[in-house]
Amino acid sequence: MKRKDLLGLRDISADEIMTILDMGKEMRARLDANEAGTELKGKTVATLFYENSTRTRVSFEKAARCLGAQTTGITAQASSVQKGESLIDTGKTLQSLLTDAIVIRHPSSGAPHFLAKNIDIPVINGGDGTNEHPTQALLDMLTVYRAFGDFRGLKVVIAGDIKHSRVARSNIWGLKKLGAEITLVAPETLLPAASSRLGCEVSYNLEEAVCGANVIIALRLQLERQTAGLFPSAAEYHRYYGITDRILHKADAGVLLMHPGPINRGLEVSGAAADGECSVILDQVTNGVAVRMAVLKLLCAAAY
Amino acid sequence: MSILIKNGFVVLPDKMVKADIHIEGSRIKRIAPHIDADADEVIDAAGLAVMAGLVDMHCHLREPGQEHKEDIESGAAAALRGGYTSVACMPNTLPVVDNAALVRYVAARGAEAGLCKVYPIAAATKGQKGAEITEMGFLKAAGAVAVSDDGRPIENSSVMRNALNYAKTQGVLLISHPEDVSLSAGCAVNEGYNSTISGLKGISRAAEEIMIARDIILAKTYDAPVHIAHVSTEGGVELIRQAKRRGVRVTAETCPHYFAATDDEILNYNTSAKINPPLREDSDVEAVIRGLADGTLDVIATDHAPHHVEEKTQEFDLAPFGTVGLETAFSVAYTYLVDCGDIELTKLSKLMSATPASLLGIGGGVLAEGALADIMIADLNESYVVDSRKFKSKGRNSVFEGWHLKGKVVCVIVDGEVKERS
Repeated sequence: MKRKDLLGLRDISADEIMTILDMGKEMRARLDANEAGTELKGKTVATLFYENSTRTRVSFEKAARCLGAQTTGITAQASSVQKGESLIDTGKTLQSLLTDAIVIRHPSSGAPHFLAKNIDIPVINGGDGTNEHPTQALLDMLTVYRAFGDFRGLKVVIAGDIKHSRVARSNIWGLKKLGAEITLVAPETLLPAASSRLGCEVSYNLEEAVCGANVIIALRLQLERQTAGLFPSAAEYHRYYGITDRILHKADAGVLLMHPGPINRGLEVSGAAADGECSVILDQVTNGVAVRMAVLKLLCAAAY
Repeated sequence: MSILIKNGFVVLPDKMVKADIHIEGSRIKRIAPHIDADADEVIDAAGLAVMAGLVDMHCHLREPGQEHKEDIESGAAAALRGGYTSVACMPNTLPVVDNAALVRYVAARGAEAGLCKVYPIAAATKGQKGAEITEMGFLKAAGAVAVSDDGRPIENSSVMRNALNYAKTQGVLLISHPEDVSLSAGCAVNEGYNSTISGLKGISRAAEEIMIARDIILAKTYDAPVHIAHVSTEGGVELIRQAKRRGVRVTAETCPHYFAATDDEILNYNTSAKINPPLREDSDVEAVIRGLADGTLDVIATDHAPHHVEEKTQEFDLAPFGTVGLETAFSVAYTYLVDCGDIELTKLSKLMSATPASLLGIGGGVLAEGALADIMIADLNESYVVDSRKFKSKGRNSVFEGWHLKGKVVCVIVDGEVKERS
């Protein structure tokens, strides 16, 4: 793959996505066989997190170690960021510490792009504001790929807080490039301004939208959105937009239920649905390690 | 001191003529096809346009308090470079220019710089807090040419009503910054397709249009004049057009970036394109140009908003709003309005000189015998690439960086004195 950074799926080709997914499949097989890799031996991957995260950070660290790399973890709460150090200075310092790649999570959309422009080593977007979370979408896509073998003609429903979701945006870019048909489902208050111009169907009605769906991606709904006035109550949201067994029955028989986690049980997804036989939520987590191994290997290999 | 400008294309209020201009002292003595007179200096303007010096009724010179961004001297130098002979600077400094002493300070610093003429605009409410109106009588007597809380709106409609009525009483122009902050707070770019695909938080056009509508209603209800700053939306232009038809005493300005650029500029997270109100879409750009052409929009102002390079070299959300504009405004306006045939050069001169001068009551702004010799000479055939490193402004945050523009200012005369020449 001839690129320095992975900043999003909007600016990446279908071929590049397939390269990552095919390698992700190999990496998943390696994880299942408990085989250690050495491709990145002697290299250091830094995770630079300006927002709280457990699974993404741990997943990247696990992926790096599975390839033989060392990891450095920096969080905004416990670093010179607290002393007012700028993002560029932090990035350049990491580069001077002989870091080989930086995984960044940041509350500001575009922060990884800004960092990438100013340093020479690969930057991987681990989630920026409400823009993109490319490796989450790639792991979702790997999960779909392993189940269906193809994306063309698949009906994918993305339900929930699309407006604030970087996971939704990355999935929209990636899945559309590979030929899936996407329906976005949310109340208007949780849809982005130009939802109708994204090349997806848009629906307010979850029950109708899931008919014949092969994949349902439920998005996390932050409870702060209620105090901001975007939905009236947890009960009403769950009634109209929560994924339950009743909703899953309306979908295609082999439907996959996915969720980027962490789950609010009883809000965007019922406990029964999350633990039910359609749910691949835990499989997604393992695929996350695999796909991040693929990304790290491809970017670090390209750099040297 | 006398100057003779020979052989230029002279832009008069209603026509362009090939003529000479004879300046005696600070005034234009004569404009005629061939003038043979002794002069201390003869300027050969063959092939060049000779226009009234530009007047900017909306810029931020940052002094006092934020001299790392700009100061009155560097701002005035930038203005001169851009063809401006007069600028009026906004009061959202540190501290806010809300008393007569500070008005006199700004005016004195402008006079000391001795470049273009610098006129202070004072705050409309104390501390720009939107609660108590300022001493508009004292402010005007001290030299303020308008009052404004620019940078933020006067949110409370009752305060706005009182400010409009009191400004009317004192005969001072009130400039409104139209923004419903309950709709725009925390947002960074225009709400639309580009905000959606960049993940940047969108400012609704409604935030601007609701306040324009409110100000128009107040101006109508109380028969008070109001000037609307930096109009950026199609709906805003239409509101003003309708209000003017109904006889409301509303005037309005837009800025070069609202008729030359769209929010495509933000897609690579270029913080120089983070501007408030935000760059909009093609339909808005077209509406702003129509508004300028049909007289709905009266003035082109710069909203020159310099920032230190380190303030703009940050995450998009953290960077402050604003683009510099003084050194590019004429070229952008010439390239995107006149050269492409949307408006005449005489009309551009009204938008950038005569009307703002008249709204501020500062004189100048037209070429006429007996008028102040505030003149700029431009080569309309010269093209160049904007290079912010060459700016006189301390601000390098130009949304037009790297753009190819046509029409270059080559000479500026202020009060009969050549102040800028290239």
